[in-house]
Amino acid sequence: MSQDHSLNPETMPQDPAKATMEGKHKHLGLWIFLGGETVLFACLFGTYLALRNSTAGGPSSQDLFGLELVFLMTILLLTSSLTSVYAIYHMKNNDFKKMQLWFGITALLGISFLALEIYEFAHYIIDYGFTFRSSAFGSAFYALVGFHGGHVAFGLGWLIALMVRNAKRGLSLYNAPKYNTFGLYWHFIDVVWVFIFTVVYLMGMVS
Amino acid sequence: MSITATQKRGFSAVLWDYLTTVDHKKVGILYLIGGGFFFLLGGLEALIIRIQLIKPENDFISAGLYNEMITMHGTTMIFLAATPLLFGLMNYIMPLQIGARDVAFPFLNALGFWLFFSGGVLLNLSWFTGAPDAGWTNYAPLSVQSPGHGVDFYVMGLQLAGAGTLMSGINFIVTIVTMRAPGMTYMRMPLFSWTTLVTSILVLFAFPALTVGLFLMMFDRMFDTAFFDVALGGNTVIWQHLFWIFGHPEVYILILPAFGIFSEIIPTFSRKRLFGYTAMVFATFLIAFLGFMVWAHHMFTVGLGPVANSIFAVATMAIAVPTGIKIFNWLFTMWGGSIVINSAMLWTLAFVPSFTIGGMTGVMLGASVADYQYHDTYFVVAHFHYVIVGGVVFALLAAMHYWWPKMFGRILHEGLGKLAFWTFFIGFHLTFFIQHFLGLMGMPRRYWVFLENQGLDTGNLISTIGAFFMTFGTIVFVINIVYTAMKGEKAPADPWDGRTLEWTLSSPPAHYNFKQLPLVRGLDPLWIEKTEGNGKMTPAEPLDEIHMPNSSIVPLIMTIGFFIASYGFIYQVDHKAWLIAVYVGMAIALGSMLYRSLKDDHGHHITKDELEREAD
Repeated sequence: MSQDHSLNPETMPQDPAKATMEGKHKHLGLWIFLGGETVLFACLFGTYLALRNSTAGGPSSQDLFGLELVFLMTILLLTSSLTSVYAIYHMKNNDFKKMQLWFGITALLGISFLALEIYEFAHYIIDYGFTFRSSAFGSAFYALVGFHGGHVAFGLGWLIALMVRNAKRGLSLYNAPKYNTFGLYWHFIDVVWVFIFTVVYLMGMVS
Repeated sequence: MSITATQKRGFSAVLWDYLTTVDHKKVGILYLIGGGFFFLLGGLEALIIRIQLIKPENDFISAGLYNEMITMHGTTMIFLAATPLLFGLMNYIMPLQIGARDVAFPFLNALGFWLFFSGGVLLNLSWFTGAPDAGWTNYAPLSVQSPGHGVDFYVMGLQLAGAGTLMSGINFIVTIVTMRAPGMTYMRMPLFSWTTLVTSILVLFAFPALTVGLFLMMFDRMFDTAFFDVALGGNTVIWQHLFWIFGHPEVYILILPAFGIFSEIIPTFSRKRLFGYTAMVFATFLIAFLGFMVWAHHMFTVGLGPVANSIFAVATMAIAVPTGIKIFNWLFTMWGGSIVINSAMLWTLAFVPSFTIGGMTGVMLGASVADYQYHDTYFVVAHFHYVIVGGVVFALLAAMHYWWPKMFGRILHEGLGKLAFWTFFIGFHLTFFIQHFLGLMGMPRRYWVFLENQGLDTGNLISTIGAFFMTFGTIVFVINIVYTAMKGEKAPADPWDGRTLEWTLSSPPAHYNFKQLPLVRGLDPLWIEKTEGNGKMTPAEPLDEIHMPNSSIVPLIMTIGFFIASYGFIYQVDHKAWLIAVYVGMAIALGSMLYRSLKDDHGHHITKDELEREAD
């Protein structure tokens, strides 16, 4: 069994992320983990739906939400999912530089999203006095959207750590699964946001 | 990394080995030690509860302490005793049964154990400052209003333990899907491995609901949010839903592995193949599926309305069907077999009628109309102790007798085993059978005292006497463990004339389990080789070097970080200086994660020479 995990074009397997036993384990393990995450967010969505009209005299969703900002955030996050697909595509072509480049763009888009989310929360708190403690609606809103934001922040830390660590090492069978699992995680975060956009913001504007 | 280092090692070397281990067998033993310790603690709490209720208007302990006692008894037994004891067995036995050298994520496995253990320690440290006192179900608003930090310890302790359990669940699923030996198809897997898989799926989908519930409770108690604050539009029933969306699958997380254990023991000691293997697998899945559909039967009296109550009542009663399939398959396996009666088999035989009684009262409780009468009475207490003790605890004790030789290389003493069985078995029925009638006569659960001359005096006295019998049985079992460790009979590789792969290995197995992975030719692979082959497994691969994971102290350090942060979260309410603990703890935990992510860890190889030197 070889200890040399580095790649060259001649020995490169078709899918470096799943070429090793560890890679297969991580791939399946992260999918299963996302199954649990689905339940986690489902519970938060359920809580939000139960409490979204419990404003206790405070601001309601119609008073607060502005679709322009949220639309921009959605575009940013959806695009970051697309760029991570490009990155994984270049990983499979064993083009490390382009993979890093596209993951770099992914990270920038993610940071922009997070910055806008922080701006959004600050806007609600300062201009409307709408906080985690204002009403059951406030608690449920910040819990759901905040959990998602926390996932984005964790994902960014993860991605940046991977990129910095491997910047000079290139792609190998050892670190390819790590990038791959990050990619899966990032798509999941994106899908959750699609539901937040629909359930929290769109439904919050019409009802 | 020599595998021949089997000489006597110093205590600190052994301790360090266990603190850093990622070997599934050692993690399994750690789970058994941790779970066993909390089991004794929970048992002590139960005994104190029964002493308090030995006579009317007793004042053995104060009302407040009594509330803490019932809360900690339930929480400890479910989260810190039954679950980890089962996880210990799964950890140790499942990879051996499917012919794997380790689990898919050995590091995560160790981390899962340490998180569970630190959660248990955190929860029990609350005894020094005031334990949680809102019942093991921790219903809002009682739990939100509860003064002091008791409930905070409950929230943080269970969050830690729950995270650990979830990790183990993911690990088991991936292990079973990807690491089965050549020829070990799904429909050749032993039932215990099957139930491990299904249980892990339940853990995966059930525990996040608890995670969310605990987070909301944490936010309400520590950060003044309004999830359960009705004045600000909150809704206390959300806690009940989240808790039971987790809580009901949790009882199947406990009972399915128990079913798996009995499905191993009965064929071995009846010397017959398991009757209706396919139906057993199917029934396991059906129970798991239905287990997610019935959580609201804990909430019949909340007022969800007749339609919701009816649907959940019907779904609840439907579970009796797959469970009945299992009961009959066990009976048919024994039918016509040459049955050996030993301690493991005694627990198994006692399980069948005991659990069936618990199942029948479950159907009674599932009738939503009648439930208004039973709700929160001792009838419910009797019911769930019949299924949890009569099912899970009997299974654990049977499994200890069955797999002890494999895990520790010595056979538990039969005489002591039988003494423990008879006293515990009689004590169990003495304690809980009478509680059905106490409940039907109107005695509510969780009450500190009852009045005299209401027809409850004798029943409660009998129940307490039974608790002492159970205590005696438990002590005898502990003595048996100590006796066996010192003077027990040495176990051969296959003491019970077993049928599955774990019995092909030495007792205890080498740390790489299988020198060469076995070729599995069917269900009960060892039995096939015994009856149709030469009694030994055929290797599926030539002797080659084996890749093994490296030990690591990082899981423990990461856990210590989370532990410190949890303490900080609990006390930052009193003084903001405690936020330092939160930051320091989280820095340690996240730093450990970063270290784990960035430091390359390729594992190590056991060379062919070393393997050849190991004579078997």
